[in-house]
Amino acid sequence: MSKRATDPQILTANRLIDGRVVYWQGAGWAESLAEAEIFDDPEAADAALKGAARSVAERVVVGTYLFAVRLDEGVAVPVKARELIRAAGPSVRRDLGKQAEGLFSPPPVHAQVRHARTTPGPARDPFDVSI
Amino acid sequence: MYRYDEFDARFVAERVEQFAGQVARRLAGELSEDEFKPLRLMNGLYLQLHAYMLRIAVPYGTLAPRQLRKLADVARRFDKGYGHFTTRTNMQLNWPRLADVPAILRELATVEMHAIQTSGNCIRNVTADHFAGATPEEIEDPRPLCEIIRQWSSLHPEFTFLARKFKIAVGATVHDRAALLYHDMAVEIVKNAEGRTGYRVSAGGGMGRTPYIAQLMCEFVEREDILAYLEAVLRVYNQDSRRDNIHKQRIKILVNAIGAEEMRRRVAREFEEIKAQGYLRLPQEELDRIAAYFAPPKFEPIAEPVAEYEAARTKDKRFADWCAHNLAAHRAPGYAIATISLKPIGGVPGDCTSEQMEAIADLMDAFGLAEIRVSHEQNLVLPHVKKRDLPAIFARLSELGLATPNAGLVTDIICCPGLDYCDLANARSIPIAQKIAGRFADLKRQEEIGELKIKMSGCINACGHHHAGHIGILGVDKKGVEHYQLQLGGSGAEDAAIGEIMGPGFTAKEITDAVERVVDEYLRLRQPGERFLDTYRRVGMEPFKNVAYLEQLHAAY
Repeated sequence: MSKRATDPQILTANRLIDGRVVYWQGAGWAESLAEAEIFDDPEAADAALKGAARSVAERVVVGTYLFAVRLDEGVAVPVKARELIRAAGPSVRRDLGKQAEGLFSPPPVHAQVRHARTTPGPARDPFDVSI
Repeated sequence: MYRYDEFDARFVAERVEQFAGQVARRLAGELSEDEFKPLRLMNGLYLQLHAYMLRIAVPYGTLAPRQLRKLADVARRFDKGYGHFTTRTNMQLNWPRLADVPAILRELATVEMHAIQTSGNCIRNVTADHFAGATPEEIEDPRPLCEIIRQWSSLHPEFTFLARKFKIAVGATVHDRAALLYHDMAVEIVKNAEGRTGYRVSAGGGMGRTPYIAQLMCEFVEREDILAYLEAVLRVYNQDSRRDNIHKQRIKILVNAIGAEEMRRRVAREFEEIKAQGYLRLPQEELDRIAAYFAPPKFEPIAEPVAEYEAARTKDKRFADWCAHNLAAHRAPGYAIATISLKPIGGVPGDCTSEQMEAIADLMDAFGLAEIRVSHEQNLVLPHVKKRDLPAIFARLSELGLATPNAGLVTDIICCPGLDYCDLANARSIPIAQKIAGRFADLKRQEEIGELKIKMSGCINACGHHHAGHIGILGVDKKGVEHYQLQLGGSGAEDAAIGEIMGPGFTAKEITDAVERVVDEYLRLRQPGERFLDTYRRVGMEPFKNVAYLEQLHAAY
């Protein structure tokens, strides 16, 4: 992972019974990235990851891991396209996944993953890579 | 169509209940994920980015209408109303709940379907030429042997825990439509000098991180010896493969580490030992019994030319275009093989909705078509269509959005699910394929370009067959940004070749333009009758490389 030591992190997993993407929100698992707890402190993040072993043992989730985000106007934006797509749903099927269920809000325009704009511009689609 | 006998039915039913028990134990906490994962993989169940994914086997790519309807039904009731046909001719559901999978498998079992051999380190679902039984070129239908291999390999005690997965394809024509030589083992049905039918066996092909073309193991294996010979190859692989390194566990690594000659020697020695000990012969009666299930429909004697078909072609340009690209010659006069393209411009390659599947099944019933094929190129094929029915079939397919006239053309792109769905992917592939298809959407331009196979994968595992693309595209992650490498000159046909990497990757923004410049350069350089692949083989990489990086050169200055 291209995680920088200074990047805040979010704890994620897939729910066991249906595989849905979930995020640790401090006292349980949430379905929306916006509800996720953001760990600025790497030690706190690691502690949360260790603590998540309990959710695994209780058969709530599988595959727990941390991923890096950057904060833009207080909003967590995944560093990697993979996590943006997990948070939203397939970029080629906007009618499916969390983006179609009101569980995903596009990150701020100039913070969008991989195509960070240095100059403000019109609102861009978070998946628009102008291909 | 093959129909289950009591053993098949019991085997599948038992497997469903066994897996239902495993799911229940997992949900009750009696199995950990580490314990459960290999069990779910043996039943085709993966955990992907957004959800679980169930890969349903379509043995040798053949489906009856009732099976297509059942796929539509489970996709609608347990998933999101569509399925994705893959390069292994299977169908994937992208959103099933773990708790529902036993119910899905029970439903599939009612139409003799399952998800066995679609994952795990076993002998995988055997694939075949999608024109099997219909093409005039073949020596015999390869699917009876596929079915025999399926029966022999399902739960084979010696080969259920191989070092790695093992893929077999069977063909029976000079024209390879099944990417035979990219398989762990390729079986070609051939005739020897005395006119006897037998099998040419190659081994050690594969895509992935380290692509290889299969090497010849035996020029002619007698019919009754084929299972013993396959066993000999697998036994050498099982004994000698590298189990210590995940990147070196496929048979291709073994064959290329010890050399084809040494591999042949070891297989020959094993084969002799097996024969000396008394072995499983394939009796002709059993082959005949299985082959009877695959007997073609009784073809009506129909005189060519077929007036209705010719008249429709003259009258309707769209129909004529579709015929020109999506029909292939059939063994019986008055019949044709029709490809239903799952590559509409702007669509997701290989995706098919429940409504489309049901409508195709209805269409098959209406025109007396007993079976349909899934091709490794992610299209569907109606193998035995009366030419006089084609205008009506085309009209119905047009209403369904399934009449794209692009089979074998530049927009008929093989494409893996990529980072939009897949846990292993490094980059998205579907939006790139869509953009390229959109760029070349004009049919006249596609016809001018001619046969050009673009194949695209979102990671080095190469589910999208990029090594075998005339133009191959590989998605990579370069410091967190999706990049795309171009490969030229690959082929998955009888002239199998591994594409050559052009150089540094392109960004998502650049790749479509780069592909277009490569194609335009081909049009400029080609000599009469040359396909893209022929021109590439004549002139090499350099001229294409010189034009592909135009944007980067401009940026550098």
